[in-house]
Amino acid sequence: MDVLTGNAGVFASGFFVTFQIVLLAAVGALVLGTLVAAMRISPLPPLRWLGTAYVTVVRNTPLTIVFFMTAFGLPEIGVDAGFLRIPLLDSLFTRLGTDVPYFRFAIVALTVYTAAFVCEALRAGVNAVQPGQSEAGRSLGLTFTQNLRLIVLPQAGRATVVPLGSVIIAMIKNSALAGAFGVAGDLFQTSDELTSAQGLPAIPVFIGVAAGYLILTVPLGLLLDRIERSQAVTR
Amino acid sequence: MAERAGEPPAAGAGAAAGAGAAADTEPAGAPLVVLRGVNKHFGDLHVLRDINLEIARGEVVVVIGPSGSGKSTLCRAINRLEPIEDGEITVDGEPLPEEGRALARLRADVGMVFQSFNLFAHKTILQNVTLGPVKVRKVPAAEARSEAMDLLERVGIASQAGKLPAQLSGGQQQRAAIARALAMRPKVMLFDEPTSALDPEMVQEVLDVMISLARDGMTMVVVTHEMGFARRAANRVVFMADGQIVEQAAPESFFTAPSSDRAKDFLSKILTH
Repeated sequence: MDVLTGNAGVFASGFFVTFQIVLLAAVGALVLGTLVAAMRISPLPPLRWLGTAYVTVVRNTPLTIVFFMTAFGLPEIGVDAGFLRIPLLDSLFTRLGTDVPYFRFAIVALTVYTAAFVCEALRAGVNAVQPGQSEAGRSLGLTFTQNLRLIVLPQAGRATVVPLGSVIIAMIKNSALAGAFGVAGDLFQTSDELTSAQGLPAIPVFIGVAAGYLILTVPLGLLLDRIERSQAVTR
Repeated sequence: MAERAGEPPAAGAGAAAGAGAAADTEPAGAPLVVLRGVNKHFGDLHVLRDINLEIARGEVVVVIGPSGSGKSTLCRAINRLEPIEDGEITVDGEPLPEEGRALARLRADVGMVFQSFNLFAHKTILQNVTLGPVKVRKVPAAEARSEAMDLLERVGIASQAGKLPAQLSGGQQQRAAIARALAMRPKVMLFDEPTSALDPEMVQEVLDVMISLARDGMTMVVVTHEMGFARRAANRVVFMADGQIVEQAAPESFFTAPSSDRAKDFLSKILTH
């Protein structure tokens, strides 16, 4: 217990770094995943092929390899993911703007990887919407994107909440890999710091680290349950 | 069902509330919908064989035939819900575009009513009717709402405007679907077996709306098994079998003296019971 209370500050800062990573990566993955899903169900064959290729390649690659590719591959070709130095956002998430690129790389890796799963969760939801709904939308003269935005996705959302939640929870746990790929001071890397450098006993440290992840995932799970229940009523 | 002939057709046209008033003022002119040499396969099945059909402005064409004859596919091909492989379809002189915005624009002018209603399940009846005008025609919301309420009044379900589709009976849902299509002020309305999914006691309320539309001069293509409707409201009956148009004639002569054996056989099966 002393290990936990005595290092509360270290755990808290690690938690905060991890929280930033998963928040940014979740937004990124949802946006990119929606785009890929739109491609996979688009009426244009080349877009469909591109979307399918993305999912096939990324979903079937181990996350560790994706991290390797970003953390070591991107610098090789002179990319430091500088496009993530988004003004205003980088004053809120200060690590976005630093010269050490690994925080940005972690977000890129998690976004790219998770987007494939977001795409498939969304697509499952879209397929659960009766085809007549989109036929009716098309008959009214809605364009493909209008039909998706106004008719299909709002209804797909209901069938998507739970699988999408599982994808995000998996991503939060996957974010532990970031510490192994150069992100200093995230929740998982904190354990290394406390056990190896300070010589603290491993079990209490890892209990503290696990608690940090549970603080992120358990409330998210509960929130999803509530959303699911509230939508079951309106159906 | 076949017994209700006698009423004067199209006599009370002025009585019903008028929306498609412009349609019946220009009688002949170019046909509104033209299908020329249309072919389509589903795998090995040749569902549309060399279809040629012209539909004039204000004309009501009823398409009948045994199931699997291609009549629904024909109806759905007219707004390209079913793409065709071969041949040409034009609506108001314009060939159907392949995909994209041009196709969406053309579809806005072609109303479609489905067998299974297909009202947007997550929107209220009123929202179902205003969605097209607001999002496609860019009609201001307040104007769209008041026009939608007029249409719902006309089909007799104004009191249900705030409800979700699932809360309505099948007949009410189908009337709402007709109002939704009418809200786009279409040039032509397609009905794909509009009463086939309804409980028997709700069929007539939907047919009544369609009959009043026909009398107002709306151009209509109706795939149906309702021979009573065909007799009362149609200008022409098109009989399809095995993906072909076998015979077409005015309803009276088709029902009393069909010329093809296929039609005689079909009519004997449905009119005897």
